[in-house]
Amino acid sequence: MSIFVDDDTRVVVQGITGGEGKFHTEQMLEYGTNVVAGAVPGKGGREVAGVPVYDTVTEAAREEDADASVVFVPPAFAGDAVFEALDAPLDLAVAITEGIPTRDMAKVNKRLSEVDTRLLGPNCPGIITPGEAKLGILPGDVFESGDVGLVSRSGTLTYQVVSNLTERGIGQTTAIGIGGDPIIGTSFVDALSAFEADPDTDAVVMCGEIGGEDEEQAAEFIAENMDTPVAGFIAGRTAPPGKRMGHAGAIVSGSGTGTAESKIGALDDAGVPVGDTPDEVADRVEEFL
Amino acid sequence: MKLHEYQAKRVFADAGIPVPDSRLASTVEEVMDAVEEIGYPAAIKAQVHVGGRGKAGGIEIATDDGEAREAAESILGMDLKGYTVERVLVETGVDFETELYVGVTMDRGEGEPVAMVSTEGGVDIEAVAEETPERIAREHVDPAFGLHPFQARKVVYEAGIPRDVAGDVASILSTLYDLYESRDAADIEINPVMVTGDREVVAADAVMNVDEDALFRQPELAEMEEEAAGDDLEAKADEYGFDYVRLSGNVGIIGNGAGLVMTTLDLVDHYGGSPANFLDVGGGAKAERVTHALEMVFADENVDSVVFNIFGGITRGDEVATGINEALRRFDEIPKPVVVRLAGTNAEEGMEILDEELVQVEGTLENAVQRAVENAQEVAR
Repeated sequence: MSIFVDDDTRVVVQGITGGEGKFHTEQMLEYGTNVVAGAVPGKGGREVAGVPVYDTVTEAAREEDADASVVFVPPAFAGDAVFEALDAPLDLAVAITEGIPTRDMAKVNKRLSEVDTRLLGPNCPGIITPGEAKLGILPGDVFESGDVGLVSRSGTLTYQVVSNLTERGIGQTTAIGIGGDPIIGTSFVDALSAFEADPDTDAVVMCGEIGGEDEEQAAEFIAENMDTPVAGFIAGRTAPPGKRMGHAGAIVSGSGTGTAESKIGALDDAGVPVGDTPDEVADRVEEFL
Repeated sequence: MKLHEYQAKRVFADAGIPVPDSRLASTVEEVMDAVEEIGYPAAIKAQVHVGGRGKAGGIEIATDDGEAREAAESILGMDLKGYTVERVLVETGVDFETELYVGVTMDRGEGEPVAMVSTEGGVDIEAVAEETPERIAREHVDPAFGLHPFQARKVVYEAGIPRDVAGDVASILSTLYDLYESRDAADIEINPVMVTGDREVVAADAVMNVDEDALFRQPELAEMEEEAAGDDLEAKADEYGFDYVRLSGNVGIIGNGAGLVMTTLDLVDHYGGSPANFLDVGGGAKAERVTHALEMVFADENVDSVVFNIFGGITRGDEVATGINEALRRFDEIPKPVVVRLAGTNAEEGMEILDEELVQVEGTLENAVQRAVENAQEVAR
């Protein structure tokens, strides 16, 4: 089994006619994902990589029975694109776009509390259930089907940790990038709780990073609600305060909240072993299985 | 993006928030002209992006020409925590009785803006938040509706603002929220709002940080952005479109993806080295970007060795390898030893392409970082 996506997921790509949208649609199709439609205002009636394009997400969902979307729309229009996915309504929207203004995401975030759609991201690599479907830009051949769930704020760090696992023959149920922005749809807690409910996920890896308090909340959730063992990794131990480390959300505030130390401490207290290196994380997971 | 006090005050004044009369000056003579117009007492305030300007000697109050000249001479050109003061704001000194705080910021945990008011103005508000959080009244704002007028009044009364100025303070807060929303601020605050003997309220300082991701729709504010002051390399990184942060160590780091680059920094530290920088080249690292990244890291005189760590998803290992070879062949002599580790898409092809006369190739992240740390230790020895 898996969480959030599988080989029944029917995907509409928002922004399918752009360079990124087109390239990754081809990659997703090659991986075996059911990409059933594209949505781009004014481009209805075309085809991209053999996929029919509609003017609106609603029309794409209606005509092709789509239930999920991947958003490759430029930052200035991406907030609106997510609203459109919520309005359709789809079950899942995956926002890859980096650099959406915070004001737009605050409004999206408010709307999310009123609808049933799940948002992943923005500023994330997407989600993959190995062998079934990938929604996003993750390189499919890094992943292998297996028993470990993975949730991470970062893309390439996910690939690194997964390759450390795969080298030992440890595969994944589902791997999720939740995104590096300050305001995101699906949190660590949301993903962890779905993995806990998935009978096929025997262990979980969570890769956090500096900034915010999501990892601390996740630690509390793990201690109180999870029987599935979790191993952790936190990036940014050497980050100075007040500097944005690549991700908009990866910043230790001037007053000292959001440090790696605080997150590692919280996970330690929750009984979650935190690796000093990605390979040590794989060691911990191997011990669980 | 941070605005200077004088820039933020212009934005506030245009929106109708009362600010003291002021002039911007960049020479002693301009300061003297300014005080002649606005009179005494006058505050002379360094315009640099540094917190605690007052304590560091960047703010003086002058009561006559002699003091004004002395203050201008001492502040203009001074070094304030690494920043050279090139401009001062000359401003009417406000005779105040009380100092208040008002501000709006994003509550990241809630994903909602929060308006804050306190009677503890004029001091470090983060210290107040830490030590006596009950002294700051907070009101969360539904971003779809904005700050309702009743919410502005509610938070002002809850903060214990004196009744005779409560209406004026609520009005300032409402305007501040409107600016936060319409100008895409990341945070915005007035600390202090001064209450004068005549019970007038005046914004004596102004802080406004703008969401960099929204500058495309804030052309006026984008114009206020200056070249990243103080660090040429950080300015260069902006030009090349890299995410770059300079640190104080001697191992230069280049990689792709924020989380993986942070991890590489952490591993340098873990293996006993000290990172010199964070540099994320982003996706699709073509030869030109690779060249720029290497040039930047080589240009940092603290750097003794370099580790280049790419995990290709979209970025292809063979392309990166070609880029690294091309970039390094432009140097007659490789200035600092470079360790390269490639993984992911086309990594094996990439490793074969890499010219081992130019770089050291390692197969794992851990080995690559250890080797770079050893290289740095050897050079430093």
